[in-house]
Amino acid sequence: MADPVLSVRDLVVEFPTRRGTLRALDQVSFDIARGEVLGMVGESGAGKSLTGAAIIGLLEPPGRIAGGEVWLSGERIDTLPAEKMRRIRGRRIGMVFQDPLTSLNPLYTVAQQLIETIRTHLDVGEREARRRAVALLDRVGIPAAARRIDDYPHHFSGGMRQRVVIALALAAEPELVIADEPTTALDVSVQAQIIDVLKEICAERGASVMLITHDMGVIAETADRVAVLYAGRMAEIGPVRDVITAAEHPYTRGLMGSIPTLTQTADRLTQIPGSMPRLDAIPAGCAFNPRCPEVMARCRTDRPVMLNRGGRRAVACWLHAEAGKERAHG
Amino acid sequence: MADGAPLLDVSGLTRYFDVSKPWLNRVLEREQRQFLTAVADASFSIKRGETFALVGESGSGKSTIAKMIVGLLTPSAGEIRFDGQPLRFDQGRISRTLRRRFQMIFQDPFASLNPRWRVGDIIAEPIRTFGLASGPAVTAEARRLLDVVGLSATDINKFPHEFSGGQRQRIAIARALSSKPEFIVCDEPTSALDVSVQAQILNLMRDLQDEFGLTYLLISHDLSVVRHMANRIGVLYLGRLVEQADAKRLFTDPQHPYSRMLLDAVPDLALSGRRRQPVTGEIPNPIDPPPGCAFHPRCPHVMEVCRRELPAPRETATGAAACHLLTTA
Repeated sequence: MADPVLSVRDLVVEFPTRRGTLRALDQVSFDIARGEVLGMVGESGAGKSLTGAAIIGLLEPPGRIAGGEVWLSGERIDTLPAEKMRRIRGRRIGMVFQDPLTSLNPLYTVAQQLIETIRTHLDVGEREARRRAVALLDRVGIPAAARRIDDYPHHFSGGMRQRVVIALALAAEPELVIADEPTTALDVSVQAQIIDVLKEICAERGASVMLITHDMGVIAETADRVAVLYAGRMAEIGPVRDVITAAEHPYTRGLMGSIPTLTQTADRLTQIPGSMPRLDAIPAGCAFNPRCPEVMARCRTDRPVMLNRGGRRAVACWLHAEAGKERAHG
Repeated sequence: MADGAPLLDVSGLTRYFDVSKPWLNRVLEREQRQFLTAVADASFSIKRGETFALVGESGSGKSTIAKMIVGLLTPSAGEIRFDGQPLRFDQGRISRTLRRRFQMIFQDPFASLNPRWRVGDIIAEPIRTFGLASGPAVTAEARRLLDVVGLSATDINKFPHEFSGGQRQRIAIARALSSKPEFIVCDEPTSALDVSVQAQILNLMRDLQDEFGLTYLLISHDLSVVRHMANRIGVLYLGRLVEQADAKRLFTDPQHPYSRMLLDAVPDLALSGRRRQPVTGEIPNPIDPPPGCAFHPRCPHVMEVCRRELPAPRETATGAAACHLLTTA
């Protein structure tokens, strides 16, 4: 893959606590190509949001990056000083969070917030910034954008607010948008609209997207590739269709089977016994081994490395060890 | 599974909330009292052994109906009959024998369990309250229930914070089962849980239904969950039941345009390339609902009559739907 927009290599995030250091992300590696939508799924505590926070340099202390590298369009950004990183956020990486109310300042009108963002990052005048702001709002589907731009965030409904946040994230024409559960707080009928807007507008502007969500359905509709996280480690990554229809990691298979669908007829859902281990009690070997239906002796002792499976797929599971070639970095 | 007479029969159920400003503000600002109609004229019945699901978006009145059925809210109008007997929570004490027979499971297992009580006491409370057992038999029963819901009998002395979300929901289910109910209202029982844990809880709920012949009222916004669990489905929009049908029928042949829209909004996990109409608009403010059919501003098939007249429910193949299209067609 030539020149990825985002390249994350062996990222490790640790939280020092009184009872020892917790490793919340452990050697996570992935790339996002230009214009690509990468979905990041996993259950609560798997490390999805943490990956996003680590990339944009917004880890909550005492959390810290303890290893690995983050590259944005060929430039290493995890070692940048805070001030430089601040300029990258908003300008080169746009962000959309779960709750639109926390991303918008309730004391400023939408116009003030959009124009400020545009003028902070781009060299344009007040009038041009306003023109662009109205065009953006119109593009994300706010009716009567020219009039509503002077409203405050509380004048908008939840879905409309999230549209404003998307406009804000794209205001400075970033290369990458990190969307962390952008539709989780919304109703299903609104969710579908927001996903469409996000997908279309990013495609139009050539922005890559890292879409963090727990909802496989949203990933299926939106993403080109999907990365599955389990207990802070990457379980599997690959094109959405392959991962959904023919998952290679037993965890992904269990996860897919546990989701009820509109078309299925099975009486019982597949269930994965037990629950994800706590960070202070991750088992030796593969983190999934105590719950895995296909566990082997090796899984209890050796941690599986990412095995390249061709077609931009990789899986961290010993079941596929013979067939694939082990990647150099693990 | 389901036989003859309904276990729960709801007719004309209505609930207003007074959302007026305080008296002085109303006088100074010359404003009228304001009422929000959370549920309007809802009628449905649930057969014994059946799972009836209510679906709808936020503000559609799902939870208000659930709360009225278990007596946490008083209806403004309408009647709820349980096994033929009217439930009147506002007039005197409802007989304990009747009250014992229905229970509720709430959405948030972090808020619905008393953090200062041990699990054994939480589960035993209904047993003691209804006098179903006494002395050591109560503890024995609590242990047995923990086992039934897939927890360990030794968990009896732990506190809720020692359990994960899914385990807490199992405790809430054990508590609901402890009074040996026939009917359980489940208000978004898995919305706070991860999918793999959701699967465990949904499977457990089905097993318990088969084992104890339970009847469920399932409240959910997740159509996939509803598809998996329900025999019959009621679709709510702005407090009104716009469609009721057998589960299979609703998913293959929805009669109301809103049901169609809800189905189209569900992400297509099977990647089947199913044809879908893009969803438009948002649910309006329930304090000031549109006149006529409340769905008309978002309806792709809107007609002149929809803006003026409220459509009456009309019989369909397996239920009823309230839409003018069905009358004119």
